[in-house]
Amino acid sequence: MAQIELVDLAHAYWTHAEPADYALKPMTTTWRQGGAYALLGPSGCGKTTLLNIISGLVTPSRGKVLFDGVDVTGLPTERRNIAQVFQFPVVYDTMTVFDNLAFPLRNRGLDRRAVEARVREIAGLLDLTPDLSRRARGLGADAKQKISLGRGLVRPDVAAVLFDEPLTVIDPALKWELRSKLKALHRALDVTMIYVTHDQTEALTFADTVVVMHDGGIVQSGRPDELYDRPRHTFVGHFIGSPGMNFMPAQVMAAQAQVGEAMIPLARSYPALSAGAKLAIGIRPEHLRLSAHGEHRARLERVEDLGRVRYARLNFEGHRLAALVPEGEPPPSGPDIRIAFDPARIHVYADNLLVGEP
Amino acid sequence: MIKSVDNRAWFLVLPVFALVAFNAIVPLMTVVNYSFQDSFGNNQFFWNGLGWYQELLDPSSELGGRFFAALGRSAAFSLGILAIEVPLGILVALCMPRDGAQLAIGLVIMALPLLVPWNVVGTIWLLYTRPDIGLFGWLINAVGIDFNATKNAAQAWFVLIAMDVWHWTSLVALLCFAGLKSIPDAYYQAARIDGASRLAIFRYIELPKLGRVLMIGVLLRFMDSFMIYTEPFVVTGGGPGNSTTVLSIDLVKIALGQFDLGKAAAMSIVYTLIVLTVCWVFYTVLVTRDSQTVERPEVPS
Amino acid sequence: MSLTLQDISLTVDGQHHLRDIALTLERGTVNVLLGPTRSGKTSLMRVMAGLDPATSGFMTADGRDVTGLPVKKRSVAMVYQQFINYPALTVYENIASPLRVRGAPKAEIDRRVRAAAALLKLDNQLEKTPLKLSGGQQQRCAIARAVVRQADLVLLDEPLANLDYKLREELREELPRIFAETNAIFVYATTEPTEALMLGGNTACLSEGRLLQFGPAAQVYRRPTSLAAARTFSDPPMNVAEVMKRSGRLVLPGGAAVAADGALARLSDGPYQIGVRAHHLRLAPMAGSISVTGTVDVTEITGSESYIHIHADALRWVALVGGVHELEPGSPITIHIDPAQLFVFDTDGNVVVTPDSAADGALQRGRG
Repeated sequence: MAQIELVDLAHAYWTHAEPADYALKPMTTTWRQGGAYALLGPSGCGKTTLLNIISGLVTPSRGKVLFDGVDVTGLPTERRNIAQVFQFPVVYDTMTVFDNLAFPLRNRGLDRRAVEARVREIAGLLDLTPDLSRRARGLGADAKQKISLGRGLVRPDVAAVLFDEPLTVIDPALKWELRSKLKALHRALDVTMIYVTHDQTEALTFADTVVVMHDGGIVQSGRPDELYDRPRHTFVGHFIGSPGMNFMPAQVMAAQAQVGEAMIPLARSYPALSAGAKLAIGIRPEHLRLSAHGEHRARLERVEDLGRVRYARLNFEGHRLAALVPEGEPPPSGPDIRIAFDPARIHVYADNLLVGEP
Repeated sequence: MIKSVDNRAWFLVLPVFALVAFNAIVPLMTVVNYSFQDSFGNNQFFWNGLGWYQELLDPSSELGGRFFAALGRSAAFSLGILAIEVPLGILVALCMPRDGAQLAIGLVIMALPLLVPWNVVGTIWLLYTRPDIGLFGWLINAVGIDFNATKNAAQAWFVLIAMDVWHWTSLVALLCFAGLKSIPDAYYQAARIDGASRLAIFRYIELPKLGRVLMIGVLLRFMDSFMIYTEPFVVTGGGPGNSTTVLSIDLVKIALGQFDLGKAAAMSIVYTLIVLTVCWVFYTVLVTRDSQTVERPEVPS
Repeated sequence: MSLTLQDISLTVDGQHHLRDIALTLERGTVNVLLGPTRSGKTSLMRVMAGLDPATSGFMTADGRDVTGLPVKKRSVAMVYQQFINYPALTVYENIASPLRVRGAPKAEIDRRVRAAAALLKLDNQLEKTPLKLSGGQQQRCAIARAVVRQADLVLLDEPLANLDYKLREELREELPRIFAETNAIFVYATTEPTEALMLGGNTACLSEGRLLQFGPAAQVYRRPTSLAAARTFSDPPMNVAEVMKRSGRLVLPGGAAVAADGALARLSDGPYQIGVRAHHLRLAPMAGSISVTGTVDVTEITGSESYIHIHADALRWVALVGGVHELEPGSPITIHIDPAQLFVFDTDGNVVVTPDSAADGALQRGRG
């Protein structure tokens, strides 16, 4: 159990690297004890490098990692008091499920009774109790991954538990079960958890703080609803949400945005936008409605029927947009349709960064 | 319903069949034929039925006693070299550098003994251990130990085993190295995080994952050492006395030394059957092990 | 071409991988095989490709029997979950390879390779080798190679499973267009219901080697014929409960009861199973709604919506509701179900009532 601080941390995989080549750009941040954090980003964004630095598998080129104020930057993995769950199940094939779960405890010399009690507690939380006496070898991938999770969570004193895309090999239906289980475990055990994933659903549903990474840096970290409602960077808007936020290059004049020929009213005026900045407006698909009374024209290209909702794919002033059609509303027919923007939900971006409240 | 499975591929196998028939089946049948007959030279043969087999498998008879003694020596030799080569091979594999130039150099050094022909290995060790001109033999005599492999049975055994260990430990080590390389890094990382000792890592991760290659290694080394002929023939010639006369050497003595073709043929057949049986046992164990461990995705249970 | 499977079964070592699959696939269609791991998706594809002979059953192409025809005599292309390309060849040569094998004229190869590359947005990558590309581009290259040979049957076995979420989304959006421009029979295996819906076309629900249902994706989603098909085609999983119909009322396990109106009124008395999709569970009551009181296990926030996991006695349900709701685990909760949105299944799992949901009504209005 620990608070994790990253102080001016940066990493490059080769020496004499230019700042642009950094796999991890300089960052300073603090993660509180007992929090559930998700590092979210596409392949190559540096999230795995950051995780490996925290676990001690990679030594950063620069900066420090502090656990509860103690500098652990130079310490090897085994002396950092962390636990990690990997993408693919790592189990000790020849041991029983019980012995697998007991292994980290026995290695640290816990007495038998304490081991037994803790293993049974964790096995109970993960529904592994009936399998405790079985050999790990014969179990399916999901049961094996549960064992890996269990081994990560069994030590009561860990500073943090790190998860490296742990649900990759799990079927969708079981993902639901394991994800909610993990979240319940987090509440039950009060331990800092850091979860690396490229899957926004996993990140948003698991974490109370999601750290979005892009190109080696942290672009935004916050609660899931903050990231969703007020993405501070166009990348966050695009990456979170499925489909992501719609972005259109625009001219912004006072309380109006001009996209192509169309003038879109905004909720407030933007008086002082720096000249020369690349401006764009962004709006989520659910705030862009197809409506017979809408004031803008668009061309309907395609309708995706996802059962629960439909997405209309539109061409508006040469830009491809997605608009949500809720269940219960008639599917649009087109090609020429009218749309309406919800002014309160339009964000303005200058050089990809959100233009904040004045 | 058209069941047009293409069978023409079998034609490609025909030449091999012909070759195997000519090379193996015909000679084998000749041996089988001999094993039921007695010969007094001059190419005269007399039907002896199962006579040779009965004698061979009866330890109280002259032939049987000789056969079981040689069989015992062969088994002892195989077990002896396995007991050294397998642990040593694993140890060497564990100490191998993981990558880079050191690995390349290590692999080349390890492969060298494997490339030396059998009779050359025998000659090298014969010369090496001679008390008069051999470096090892001379040195050990110089420090006051009386060493002469041609006179002392224990020392002859020592030389044979040392020679085989020198020649073949690399094979076991290379197999184990390949096995170790196939273990994903995550296992080692997980073990470090779990606080496992080096011994525990070996016991619970490396050894289970090595199981399969070790089986293959043990099988190969058993077969090879059980049928060894050239090296003991060159180094000790089966001596001193009969102390290093393993099955293959005894077989040749009977067949070519005494020209008892019938006895030798019966012995060959039993020898072959023993090897085949051991092979089959290993194969069965390997296959059943695999069917337990291999996960087959996309198969409804 | 149309490909017809008649009662195809596959048994290996006494295990039934496929059982009596009957299916007709038409040229120019996308057919998604949807089911969890080990449901028989890959086995079925391998039989279609001619890689594995079926244990029993027939297969015909345009009425011609092709049951025993080996793979090399069929016009089949396949894309796998792993990105399989020739690592030593450039993207251009990778795409060209099936045409070169066939000995097509040079000009034609060039034309078709460039067309396939353009379709998959690989125009600027043609001179690179596959390992220099991102995962998404590598899979694009593999798909281009499958498309370029103009095979009659193109099989894609979870082609997006190894890709990042966003790349998956991008390719999912493009694939229908790529399929539309290639006049082949596409068969696409996936474990994800959303993927089946996004690709459109037909969906075949598979479970334990059986074909549960086959039809247009949206129709299978809205009108599953069995509980098993409904479960396969729900993400989050469908919420199910055992109920009793007794004297005009539907009684839930906890004792809650509601008047059985509408379609429910026609059911004879007896035990049934009801199914409700997560987004049909509501936090606010409405006239005539069924109420279930339970305990919150955990809530998950997706940004604009929340998944609430609840349990009530033996029921373990997931509700998807709009907005952000942070509910304390262990706290009581009452959820409400509009009876008009219930699926009802008999004890054998066959559907007896399909919700006359607004969406379906809308569909009909939309047509009219």
